[in-house]
Amino acid sequence: MTAASEPAGGGGLPAGGAMRVMGAETEYGIHAPSAPSANATMMSARVVQAYAQVTRQRAAGGAETRWDYTDEEPLHDARGWTVDRATAHPSQLTDQPPVLDAEAVALAYGREELELDGQDESGTLLMNMVLGNGARLYVDHAHPEYSSPEVTNPRDAVRWDAAGDLVALATVRRLAADPDLPPVNLYKNNTDNKSVSYGSHENYLMPRSVPFGDIVRGLTPFFVTRQIMCGTGRVGIGQDSSTPGYQISQRADFFEAEVGLETTIRRPIINTRDEPHATADKYRRLHVIIGDANLSQVSNYLKFGTTAMVLSLIEAGLAPRVEVYEPVAALQAVSHDTSLTATLRLMDGRRVTALDLQWMYHEAAAKLAQDTGVGDALDGDGHTHAVLEHWATVLTQLDNDRKAAASSVEWLAKLSLLEGYRERDGLEWNDARMGLVDLQWADIRPEKGLYYRLLARNRMQRILEDAAIASAVSEPPSDTRAFFRGKCISSFGKDVVGASWDSVIFDVPGYGRLQRVPTREPLRGTKALTGALFERYREAGPFLAELLGHNAPPAA
Amino acid sequence: MAGQEQQHPQSRDSQVDEDIPEAPPAPPEAQASASTEGVDDLLDEIDGVLESNAEEFVRAFVQKGGQ
Repeated sequence: MTAASEPAGGGGLPAGGAMRVMGAETEYGIHAPSAPSANATMMSARVVQAYAQVTRQRAAGGAETRWDYTDEEPLHDARGWTVDRATAHPSQLTDQPPVLDAEAVALAYGREELELDGQDESGTLLMNMVLGNGARLYVDHAHPEYSSPEVTNPRDAVRWDAAGDLVALATVRRLAADPDLPPVNLYKNNTDNKSVSYGSHENYLMPRSVPFGDIVRGLTPFFVTRQIMCGTGRVGIGQDSSTPGYQISQRADFFEAEVGLETTIRRPIINTRDEPHATADKYRRLHVIIGDANLSQVSNYLKFGTTAMVLSLIEAGLAPRVEVYEPVAALQAVSHDTSLTATLRLMDGRRVTALDLQWMYHEAAAKLAQDTGVGDALDGDGHTHAVLEHWATVLTQLDNDRKAAASSVEWLAKLSLLEGYRERDGLEWNDARMGLVDLQWADIRPEKGLYYRLLARNRMQRILEDAAIASAVSEPPSDTRAFFRGKCISSFGKDVVGASWDSVIFDVPGYGRLQRVPTREPLRGTKALTGALFERYREAGPFLAELLGHNAPPAA
Repeated sequence: MAGQEQQHPQSRDSQVDEDIPEAPPAPPEAQASASTEGVDDLLDEIDGVLESNAEEFVRAFVQKGGQ
């Protein structure tokens, strides 16, 4: 243990490598082909509603739970100030419950649509659920969003993010089976190619003691270039795709600033939203908005794994000392260069390719992993060695064997299909079928999604078995507070009236008032710490009594 | 976690499940050979999967803003 003496994000995890508390957020594109003018917020609510119906079947007592907004602070800026609510863009006010009551819906969309939709028993449309796997499923603006539970490593990040795609699939199936509602398609992509983008975000826990300026300096060159491994690929250049062509990233053309608080306008490479959802004086939650939503497991694995390692470099003060000239323009130049030969200008005058920059980060990360011991194949932390191996393999293939890289790098896999069509049918880049392949790549139905067709033919590498992803739909991770949250939902769902990242709220017969259990330490509430407690109790009252050290409430 | 992942070996559909071990990564050559075979066959399959009327379908996919 040398440089990285400070515990990695979350404390208690091995420092210096790829382990860290992290999580994924995916906003799905939503479309009802038979009802193209349907209201997107309403359709998204139907998606959440559909999952409530699915889980009601699966778990007696119901699994839907309201979100607790007490600790949401979307206007806190990591640079040390808070935006005045009055000057904030309305889309930034994510701490107000977006619950539509029946009247509001009727006013906005008319009674007919309301009646078509159905509501839960309380008369409100369900906009938020906390799931038994510790995730959150909710309506974010005009999209359904799945926020994965907190995990401690990139392999689990892929696992619980992919579980979200199965959650989304379950809602699509449910709606398709409802004769009264139009079928809804969900797409794991980031743009409609008509100048609108929606995000897939990553979250990483970091010690608050790391200066934010170090994070900006260390991450920016990395974020400008990591898309060559984890970009999803996009047909069309420019926000509105008006220039025919193909580019590496779904998101790059939508970024306009280097650093900033916004996520929907003037999108910045480094986002400064500072809602730790944890003990605020110890941690910051780094909110990363620049990534593409990945279906490719290897691209997704590298997105989380390499970023976690670069954060370890920054914490250790060992990030490569490079600064990219005009990073926003460089980000787009990298995305538009599928040959990977374009050079970026560094502030020190050097010119390097995106691959060169990635190798600089790999070299620094490998050295830190070796010095701290976490990268050892046998005695390391069990994750860092594999991330470094995958990282090096993909960079090498991108340089000298693109066909091999196409089995793991998502933008190349999509490109291989598109080039197949171009060769066989002589299609131009602006042909509608090119756009359809791009869109349908991300359809989350295995029979329609083109990624899944390639996966079925073993043309895409897996990181995880299908069974591991399927079990993560209902099982929470065992080694974070998501275990406690998920188990509370699956064991005592009928008594849980609210939950959030850092609390679970019970309304238990016999207690005079609501019982709010704070979960502000992400690495507590684990199976090791609370698993036996869940096994001991079938009722929430005695469970809470032991947990909170109260006397048991009188029998209801 | 590793223990959990080994439970319930099952296949969601007719796909062949391959557990690729974390270390060392799967040899790239084996993957590459799969991707060089049957491109025409693959495109034929995808022809049958693609939504009909590409132009209309793509045009109708209009999203509202997100994060």
